[in-house]
Amino acid sequence: MSLLRVENLTVALPAGGDRDHAVTDISLHVDAGEILCIVGESGSGKSITANAVMGLLPPGLPLRAGRIFLGDTEITAQTPEQLRALRGSRMAMIFQEPMTALNPLMRVGDQIAEALAVHGEAARAKDRVPELLAAVNLPDPASLARAYPFRLSGGQRQRVMIAMALALEPALLIADEPTTALDVTTQMQILRLIREIQSRRGMGVMFITHDFGVVAEIADRVAVMQLGRIVEQGPAAEILNRPQHTYTQALIAAVPHGIPAARPEVGGATVLESRGVTKTYSRGGWFAPRVEVRAVHDADFVLRQGETLGLVGESGSGKSTLARCVVNLVKPEAGEMLFHGSDLRPLSREAWKPYRKRIQMVFQDPFASLNPRRKVGEIIAEGPITHGTPRAEALDRARDLLRLVQLDAGAMDRFPHEFSGGQRQRIGIARALAMEPELLIADEPVSALDVSVQAQVLELLAEIRRRLGLTMLFITHDLRVAAQICDRIAVMQRGAIVEMGETAQVFGAPAHAYTRQLLDSIPGRGWTPPDIT
Amino acid sequence: MRDFARRYARNKGAVVGLLILLLVLAMALGAPLIFPDSPWDMVAAPFMPPGEMDMLLGSDSLGRDVAAGIAHGARISLMVGAVSTVVALAVGVSLGAVAGYLGGLADDLVMRFTEFFQTIPSFVLAILLVAIFTPTIGSVVFAIAVVSWPPVARVVRAEFLSLRSREFVQAAEVLGKSRISIVLGDILPNALSPIIVLSSLMVANAILLESALSFLGLGDPNLMTWGFLIGSGRSVIRLAWWMSVFPGVAIFLTVLALNLVGEGLSDAMNPRLARKRGAAA
Repeated sequence: MSLLRVENLTVALPAGGDRDHAVTDISLHVDAGEILCIVGESGSGKSITANAVMGLLPPGLPLRAGRIFLGDTEITAQTPEQLRALRGSRMAMIFQEPMTALNPLMRVGDQIAEALAVHGEAARAKDRVPELLAAVNLPDPASLARAYPFRLSGGQRQRVMIAMALALEPALLIADEPTTALDVTTQMQILRLIREIQSRRGMGVMFITHDFGVVAEIADRVAVMQLGRIVEQGPAAEILNRPQHTYTQALIAAVPHGIPAARPEVGGATVLESRGVTKTYSRGGWFAPRVEVRAVHDADFVLRQGETLGLVGESGSGKSTLARCVVNLVKPEAGEMLFHGSDLRPLSREAWKPYRKRIQMVFQDPFASLNPRRKVGEIIAEGPITHGTPRAEALDRARDLLRLVQLDAGAMDRFPHEFSGGQRQRIGIARALAMEPELLIADEPVSALDVSVQAQVLELLAEIRRRLGLTMLFITHDLRVAAQICDRIAVMQRGAIVEMGETAQVFGAPAHAYTRQLLDSIPGRGWTPPDIT
Repeated sequence: MRDFARRYARNKGAVVGLLILLLVLAMALGAPLIFPDSPWDMVAAPFMPPGEMDMLLGSDSLGRDVAAGIAHGARISLMVGAVSTVVALAVGVSLGAVAGYLGGLADDLVMRFTEFFQTIPSFVLAILLVAIFTPTIGSVVFAIAVVSWPPVARVVRAEFLSLRSREFVQAAEVLGKSRISIVLGDILPNALSPIIVLSSLMVANAILLESALSFLGLGDPNLMTWGFLIGSGRSVIRLAWWMSVFPGVAIFLTVLALNLVGEGLSDAMNPRLARKRGAAA
């Protein structure tokens, strides 16, 4: 008898969507004591499935067919009151965004106590809250219970969310991308924590993710979803190593393999050299005490002609700030940023202009980096026009560039919102290439994209680099991606570069403790994606 | 564009508002044709109730046609509303843009200057300005513009602050575009929707302000306005209600129409917000 059974579930989408049903004819089950991973790309219906199980479908998405059983209880036949009683006590959910899931004005302990109180267990709260906080491996539970959420880090907040979900010892835990918003080292800790609690209590866990590394790390069984259907389901080892369905095969083939390739020695001239660049942010003054954050310091690196240097690190490590120092979006207060030997740092806005042609940048968020009110053709041609290229010529060139990034020339007269994330990122790359730069700064260019799209964009970047002989500074938090695309790697921690070297060397024989920690935190490190051809 | 019209039409009140506004506009434009004589001419016996002596809305204490006064007054009210809003927008948008885009010291200076105006009660300031500069149409427009730009500056500054840090603006910086072309070409077009919505409400507010000034006798003495009509009928309201009620209705309908249009525009420009509001209701 399964803990959770979903039988032939179909949920409708509002009219005018890109398909009729959010999920179509889904059947799956979760047994007590196992972790079922639901994998799929964005829009595949995995979150809708989770919400249907919790009885939390939004009003616009009615249940069309199918039944859901939790033990003997038919969830799909419960009244809203009965569902409320079930939620929290027999099934609980943790969400993706720990930063916004907690009430900022309420002490952490009170929030967990509230979860107990709504199910009539307020009397036990005093003992249970520290117990629960200890169970999710939070230090000093007694004082932490009195803290407000803003004092906690993302990982700590996610632990509190898990503690809250576990408060009434539910039989089923649903985790909707619980580690996506977290850094890799924190992600690994949370994954281990979920694994440990699950095996200690014999819970059933439905774990939703888009990351095959996470699947390899945590799953007992896997269900792969595409466009609202389950295309393949089975034991984790089977699916990961011998995928049968073509979609699963394509997804797994798109996972960056994380094995550094042998690369030819790059011995070109120095293009960019950063020496003693320092950026400090300070807050406060007047009435509040001054707080200083050293965003970048001790970050010296050299970038040679034709090579790709990967800047890796967790969020807050200063890698994006350093990249922005290179293009003068952030003004460092000290140090030298030498481009072909001339220091860029003291230059005025006007004096910088000639260098704008030679140094370009690709941004992280494809949805925020294109002006929504401009047509794609103009977006791409705008840079050269600013630098004096005649309009007609710039537009012709934009058409060529669209072909180079594998987009239709018809895209010229359309607006950015008509394109998907991957297509937008291609437009962003075309915009940077329109200036014919020597040096391309890529700030997390694939981290907002689905894995299959990510693979295409990485391939495009690699090909462009080969064809145009670009020098590239590639910023990423994903070590698998870094291994695949970079010649050399610089690891950043708290604003400083702690290790730098050839990719194979950094991955094979990491010298710094932090690098080792990062490498150990790559989810699914023990799993090498099979070579599917 | 058609899509925009459809979203606008979803809000029924906004469509009604637009119709009323078009009607008032037609009345203003058609005034010299419908009432070719000056609205100041004494054309009937004084204190004629509506309907008598061919006076559709009655005559005032000097025998002037109230209907003609309202029609001609519409020209002044709409003109004052439109011109003062344009002036206030020009000042507010430029100051707000400078403060929001440059930040730092410029932001501090501009915002302190704005707050200086906001701390003075706006109507008192308007009265003061008109009294100092003698009541003419020009000084009335100037006074209204002076008291209505600060909210614009604040809204524009807030929009610019959030747009400035967006990646597409950073991309424009990296492309080497000049500050002016970034502000005008990249940021302003994306900040337009709240400005447009705000300006429809500002026109309504300006019409109210102008009427209030005229009511107090601070309007241009050579121009017939709605506020003047109400003001002159005020002392005899128990004897001849129509002299103040009909211009009052005209002000009420116009301001209501502008508010409805403003809400409709805001719904049409933020379709997601509007849909949510519709679902909640």
